Amino acid sequence: MPTEAAMATPERDPLTGQYTTGHSWDGIKELRTPIPGWWLAVWLASIAFTLGYIVFNPSFPALDGTVSGDSSRTAREELAKAGAKSDATKEALRAQIAALDVDAIAADPQLARFAFRGGKAAFAVHCAGCHGSDAGGQIGQFPALVDDDWLWGGTASQIHQTIAYGIRNEEADSRNGQMPAFGDILSDREIRDVAAYVAGLGDAKVAADRRAAMPGATVFAQNCASCHGDNGEGNRDFGAPRLSDSIWLYGASQKAIEAQIRNPRMGMMPAWEKRIGADAVKMLAIYVHGLGGGEANPPPPPVAEAAIAPVVQP
Amino acid sequence: MAIATLVRPGIQPGIRYDNGIVRMFVIATVIWAIGGMMAGVFIAGQLAFPVLNLSEYVNFGRFRAVHTSSVVLGFAGNALIGTSLHVVQRTCQVRLFGGRAPALFVFWGYQVTVLMAIIGYMFGISKAMEYAEPEWYNVLLLVVVWVVYFVIFTGTIVRRTEPHIYVANWFYWAFIVTVAVLVIVNNLSLPVSLLGTKSYSVWSGVQSAMIQWWYGHNMVGFFLTAGFIGIMYYFLPKQAGRPIYSYRLSIVHFWALIFLYIWAGPHHLHYTALPDWTQTLGMVFSIMLWMPSWGGMINGIMTLSGAWGKLRTDPVLRFLVVAVAFYGMATFEGPLMAIREVNALSHYTDWTVGHVHSGALGWVAFMAFGALYYLVPRLWGRPLHSKPMVEVHFWLATIGILFYITAMWVAGISQALMWRAYDDQGFLQYSFSDSVVMLHPYYVVRLVGGLFFLSGMLLMAFNLYRTARAPMVRDVDGALAPARLGASA
Repeated sequence: MPTEAAMATPERDPLTGQYTTGHSWDGIKELRTPIPGWWLAVWLASIAFTLGYIVFNPSFPALDGTVSGDSSRTAREELAKAGAKSDATKEALRAQIAALDVDAIAADPQLARFAFRGGKAAFAVHCAGCHGSDAGGQIGQFPALVDDDWLWGGTASQIHQTIAYGIRNEEADSRNGQMPAFGDILSDREIRDVAAYVAGLGDAKVAADRRAAMPGATVFAQNCASCHGDNGEGNRDFGAPRLSDSIWLYGASQKAIEAQIRNPRMGMMPAWEKRIGADAVKMLAIYVHGLGGGEANPPPPPVAEAAIAPVVQP
Repeated sequence: MAIATLVRPGIQPGIRYDNGIVRMFVIATVIWAIGGMMAGVFIAGQLAFPVLNLSEYVNFGRFRAVHTSSVVLGFAGNALIGTSLHVVQRTCQVRLFGGRAPALFVFWGYQVTVLMAIIGYMFGISKAMEYAEPEWYNVLLLVVVWVVYFVIFTGTIVRRTEPHIYVANWFYWAFIVTVAVLVIVNNLSLPVSLLGTKSYSVWSGVQSAMIQWWYGHNMVGFFLTAGFIGIMYYFLPKQAGRPIYSYRLSIVHFWALIFLYIWAGPHHLHYTALPDWTQTLGMVFSIMLWMPSWGGMINGIMTLSGAWGKLRTDPVLRFLVVAVAFYGMATFEGPLMAIREVNALSHYTDWTVGHVHSGALGWVAFMAFGALYYLVPRLWGRPLHSKPMVEVHFWLATIGILFYITAMWVAGISQALMWRAYDDQGFLQYSFSDSVVMLHPYYVVRLVGGLFFLSGMLLMAFNLYRTARAPMVRDVDGALAPARLGASA
């Protein structure tokens, strides 16, 4: 081991010109370079900033619960200020929405515009999970809301009713309608025949007289027409879908239609009014109605946004 | 073993350092790196492609803690303990205090602790406190192991034959003591039953949150920062062959770092139920911490002054120096994010995740890689199997980090801007799910970055394995020596 005296001898580092401290640990030495001035200056500046900051911000608590510093810069105060700013602009419009029904809201352009945007925000949170953020629905699961094919009615008030009380749930005012499982009622052959007939209902290439001659025509007339209509035009009172178009929620293939006849799937939706409140449901109704397929009677809102803007591409 | 007692200049002849225990920690470090980083890539995959949540045992919620504990406690922890036992012997010029048995207890006790915790997470056993997930029995074992580690380290310093204590040992010692205090206080909890795994914290409400983030922030500050500065202060000057830049700076930044870090925890709780004055406290101490953190960076990087050219030819030194550069970047970003108004944007977003990983991958892992490349040839007495492989590892890892943190910056700031976007009628413009959909491409980029980093690390594992298993031959004098003994040892 080097002697104490030898270890304490500083050496001059030829590359930097600095002297070492004279210590050596496992061959590691240390230079006596002074602390960089800029480093010290920035550090002192950060300490000075701190001293200034704590004067103007809540910093030292007293025993009585008060805190030194500018009391307007507490989180509670900041929230109140931010809330006041946004509430002032919204309060009057909100009051009107609470007071009016959807038809009246839709008739007032400024109010309808406000409701449409509010509905859009609510839709993104509460509805997009099933119906998609573009309201395009999901085949085999949830109906699209951007078209004019409505299971339970497409006027603003009908849409409002559907959203407020839901579909096939335990609510008294819920939309309701059940289709029997025809797998227990019809033979396999009859199901095949009627599915082929139903598949042709919306097909313009199938001539009406040829369709009438199909073996499924009789089965349809006896079992299906009472709800879905003689020509498959559907019935919104029971949520019986129109079969004479080319929109198929549960699939358009022969196999998918057979499966739906045999053991029908029927969508459910919660009652939203008790979940998110009457105002939000009204705004949602205005929004869904305004997506493009809303039906007249009450005039559509002036905002002609056909679909939700696509997700931001930063 | 002959190799372990190779006498080097400046070393008291005849000291037989305990290299065996360091070798064990080195092996454990590499194994935990493989497991922990694979877990990280897996959960990054789960975030990008949720279908990878295959069962409850490996879903994101449980496996995230498997990843964090494996890399922080497993990989970084073994690197810290292993290097500290290596460094303290050499800078104190004595063998480890207490001999072999306590050191072996620390090794096996530590591995069992971490492994038991991780297996527990997969079965749903967790305290559900971030970075403090292990349950009470696990913490008890850890504390016992840690106290023995403390005694070994402190005892070795006390018995040193060097007159002064080297700066690396200050940082290691601060790391060991503070981690013990943090772990004990934050984990004070009452088990529901002596035979059950479940326990409840003695802290509650906002005090519990405060203590949790005092713990969480200082685990970063003392486990992943102070301890790794200790690694830096030994391995960087060793590899560079240069004296430390400034002794005075090392004193000032050590005490400043130690004093300031411990107050900064409340910046994790901006805009919460934590009182405003406490939030102010956390913020201003974080800002004052910026320069003391950079003191370590300056002392690391400036140690190369006069020897910059070595960076071109020595990829191991490059790992160590780039680690210090990432440290400087992360410790600037940290105080920035601790400012309340900036935190309003960054908090709860992936920016935080990116920040953590620029520190964890760039600083902690690079520093550990550099130390491993330094240690293995010397501990096993064989030259490094392949330097080009180190070069490839360096670039794979660097590209991986850049992919990772740039993806997380963009993702995090986009999230924040979407969450606070209002339309002209005063309604939120985007739903939360909109912001999740937006994240997908960035999560894929992050996954790719993770794969880069992982593949580089696997290359390192292979390189180190081949180094350690290189054949021994008899040299001209008939002594057993590695086949390709170069300039090492």
